[in-house]
Amino acid sequence: MLDKKIRDQYQATIGIECHVQLKTNTKLFSGSVNDSTSTDINRQTNHIDFGLPGALPFANRQAIDLAIRAGYALNTEAQTFSKFDRKHYFYPDLPMGYQITQFEYPILKGGYVEIVSEGKIKKIDITRAHLEADAGKSTHPAGADFSLVDLNRAGAPLLEIVSEPQMHSAAEAKEYCFNLYLAMKFAKVSDVNLFYGNMRFDVNVSVSKTDQLGTRTETKNLNSFRAVEKSIEFEINRQIEILEKGGEIRQETRGWNDAKQSSFTQRVKENADDYRYMPDPDIPPVIITKDEMTAIKNDMPTSPHVWRSKLTNIGLELEATNLLLLAEADYDNSPLELIEQASADKDKARTYANWIINIELPLLQKNQESDGNLIISDKRRESIFKTAYALKINGQINSTKLSEMINELLVMEEDVDDISLWAKDNGFLQNSNQEELVLIVKSVIEKNPKVVNDILSGEDKAIGFLVGQIMKETKGQANPQMVNQIINQEIKSLK
Amino acid sequence: MHNWPSIDVLVKQVKTAKVTAKDLVDKAFEFIEKNRHYNVLISELKDEAYKRAAEIDDRIKKGEDVGRLAGVPFIAKDNFLTLDGFTTAGSNMLRNFKAPYQSTAVTKLLSEGAILVGKANLDAFAHGASTENSDFMVTKNPFDESRVAGGSSGGSAAAVALDMAPFALGSDTGGSIRTPASFCNVVGLKPSYGLISRSGVVAMASSLDVIGPLTKSVDDAALVLDVMSGPDGLDSTMIEKDAEGYRNIDSLKSLDGIRIGVVKDFMNEGLDEKVKSRIQDVIASLKRFGAEIVDVSIPSIELSLPVYYIVCPAEVSSNLSRYDGIRYGHHNDKAVDLEDFYLKSRSEGFGAEAKRRIMIGTYVLSSGYYDAYYKKAQQVRTKLINEFNRSFESVDFLVGPVTPGLPFKIGEKSDDPLQMYLSDVMTVAANLTGIPAISLPVGMVNDLPVGFQIMAPFKSDRKLLELSKYIESNMK
Repeated sequence: MLDKKIRDQYQATIGIECHVQLKTNTKLFSGSVNDSTSTDINRQTNHIDFGLPGALPFANRQAIDLAIRAGYALNTEAQTFSKFDRKHYFYPDLPMGYQITQFEYPILKGGYVEIVSEGKIKKIDITRAHLEADAGKSTHPAGADFSLVDLNRAGAPLLEIVSEPQMHSAAEAKEYCFNLYLAMKFAKVSDVNLFYGNMRFDVNVSVSKTDQLGTRTETKNLNSFRAVEKSIEFEINRQIEILEKGGEIRQETRGWNDAKQSSFTQRVKENADDYRYMPDPDIPPVIITKDEMTAIKNDMPTSPHVWRSKLTNIGLELEATNLLLLAEADYDNSPLELIEQASADKDKARTYANWIINIELPLLQKNQESDGNLIISDKRRESIFKTAYALKINGQINSTKLSEMINELLVMEEDVDDISLWAKDNGFLQNSNQEELVLIVKSVIEKNPKVVNDILSGEDKAIGFLVGQIMKETKGQANPQMVNQIINQEIKSLK
Repeated sequence: MHNWPSIDVLVKQVKTAKVTAKDLVDKAFEFIEKNRHYNVLISELKDEAYKRAAEIDDRIKKGEDVGRLAGVPFIAKDNFLTLDGFTTAGSNMLRNFKAPYQSTAVTKLLSEGAILVGKANLDAFAHGASTENSDFMVTKNPFDESRVAGGSSGGSAAAVALDMAPFALGSDTGGSIRTPASFCNVVGLKPSYGLISRSGVVAMASSLDVIGPLTKSVDDAALVLDVMSGPDGLDSTMIEKDAEGYRNIDSLKSLDGIRIGVVKDFMNEGLDEKVKSRIQDVIASLKRFGAEIVDVSIPSIELSLPVYYIVCPAEVSSNLSRYDGIRYGHHNDKAVDLEDFYLKSRSEGFGAEAKRRIMIGTYVLSSGYYDAYYKKAQQVRTKLINEFNRSFESVDFLVGPVTPGLPFKIGEKSDDPLQMYLSDVMTVAANLTGIPAISLPVGMVNDLPVGFQIMAPFKSDRKLLELSKYIESNMK
């Protein structure tokens, strides 16, 4: 392990390129279905994806609209003029011998992603983002003298988002990726399903003791936030160790081995690659009018960083905030709306947030793991929470029963019309009837003379036992404050 | 050699059962078989054509409307993908390629009742001006078998000249329809860029490629253009067709008030004297018919050939990247690794001319040379477009020869690529600027045909056909 003192002498600088697969119906330049989950090899293809002679690309307007949305999610506006270029190289999973991308005029320039670093909001600037067609997928079976190519992914629409090198730790980089994920998810630009490679990260890392940046390496194709974090930590340490031994950093492309938690050299760049970029003569420039942009802008939902500041305002901690933002992103419902509606009363809003985090999310999590079909509608959640909160405030229900009640109501097959009535009928409410409780307390006292004696001789702890007995008798419904009060009174009368 | 009446007449005869589609296919194959020694067709689609003729005749018997080209045989250059037969692009690379989808142009013709009877020879991947670069054979000139038919659509032009079909399809990237049309005494139309879908036509240079008809008459060219033109949702560089379409082209009443510019730069040295005098005769007639004739100089036109031979190979080198032997096309079985596979497959599949263009194109796109060559060439191209636009402010048409000389001897230029490239000097400007141009037969010199080139402003294809029809009708 690297000595912390040595490590602290270096500043790491990190820039990230992220490929986001856009959620379009069809591919970027062909009518084939864009579905990253398909396993029907080479079937999601047509003559364009196969690069047959005479096949021409036709730009997918939906992909362009999604890129415009991504622009707003990244706090920038799409360029009114952008165009596609060809990037040439030979590889069996690149059917045309060139990738269609945007080199000179990308669709997005500028913008930023807001992250929380060491408790503070920090903006990471975006250099540019461009549309490009994905390549197919090659597999190289171990020991075989052949490779296999699946072109289902060939031509899938990607938005490559390039950050400025403004991150300085693995934690910041991970935060950036997480917030980029949220931004794309909230904007409905992508499914951002990391398992299916909807989001892939290339991280550029260098270290230096001075203001002058060191030689950087690029670790490619990371598909989880954790891999981003771990590979950067690994790379920072690796580079510092080399420099401390008097060595030099080689500019190279590295791959990450998740099992070994280490990276390895993939390709050393001795000369800059010559991709012979040229404007793609088959595709006219992309022109976006102000009207088209306005229409999309008006359709944008609240962004995660606006949500974050709202949630922070009602007094939620970072961890809770992140959980809620993820929930909003991951599930087919919108818990945040309800929290916002309640936000005039901060206690109420926080209470709702806690219920979502501690009751609803575990339910949904379990449901997802078991492939269930639980959907909690925003309307159902709202009516349950409103009634539950009123019962809580009025002291009509104890906290254990409250959780149980919410849990039960959330998973019910049909909505309950009158939740208060239902709660009462199903024994969730507290018994606060003085006369009834006095009778119960008296009977419990009579049944437990030994315990009463203990109490009378000064063992206050024994009161708890009596309370427990009363709760048992009332199936947990007795109002605990009242029970305590009545026991005290009755014991006093025995003295 | 007019063995076919006009397409309009043919269609009327078929629809009124005066002749059958089968009769027309019989006739096509009579001429195809008689003229095999001209090396015109790479493949003959006899079985397919007769089957289709039977279907059409059957439908006509049932009273169905078979379409505007009912029963009319045609020939496609072999770089048009067709579901019938092979599509070779004249190359060893695609010698055994069967297309799983079809070019829009061919589909549109078939849907109007036309019958594909064969696929015509061409320079491999359409690289050339004589068909001598075909990996299959050299097409002979119908007027002198020792001479070339022109290229790259040499098979298509010769097919029409030899009456193998009333019309043929060609593609024109730098003159590939007009040059062979001129050499074979047929009408060759290069429409405005984007008027006909390029989908399913083996790409040569995407920003220059257009598709067009080779026919016996201007009316036939207009009809075929009308059927093939208009957006198809597959080619995003397309333009809308003329609101009036391209049918019923009325010949102009007279040429009064029509201003015609003679491209001075084409009439200078380098032009064969006899061709020049024939062209001047035509221009004199135009003047006699009332046209105002002015000399026009387009300063950048002398740069059009160098610009063309940068832009074209650049796009060629890119477009030919897909021929890697992985999914289709020629591949080498004995390669030891991936790089070896690419090297051997491509070295064997491509001929000398494709390799030459790939090398030039790769060079001009290389980092460090891109700005000096490709970018500069594109800038000159823009300048050329501006200069043509300016010329068309003062004239309605530009005219001149199609080629600097008469059909040349087979082998005469094939060892000298630069000489071969120079034969494109008068045709490439229309491709670089995207404007429509036509080669019209205007008589013979030394028993060899001469073509007259007319160019019109972008999207003025209809106007171009009107003047062409006037010249055709009045200069017999």
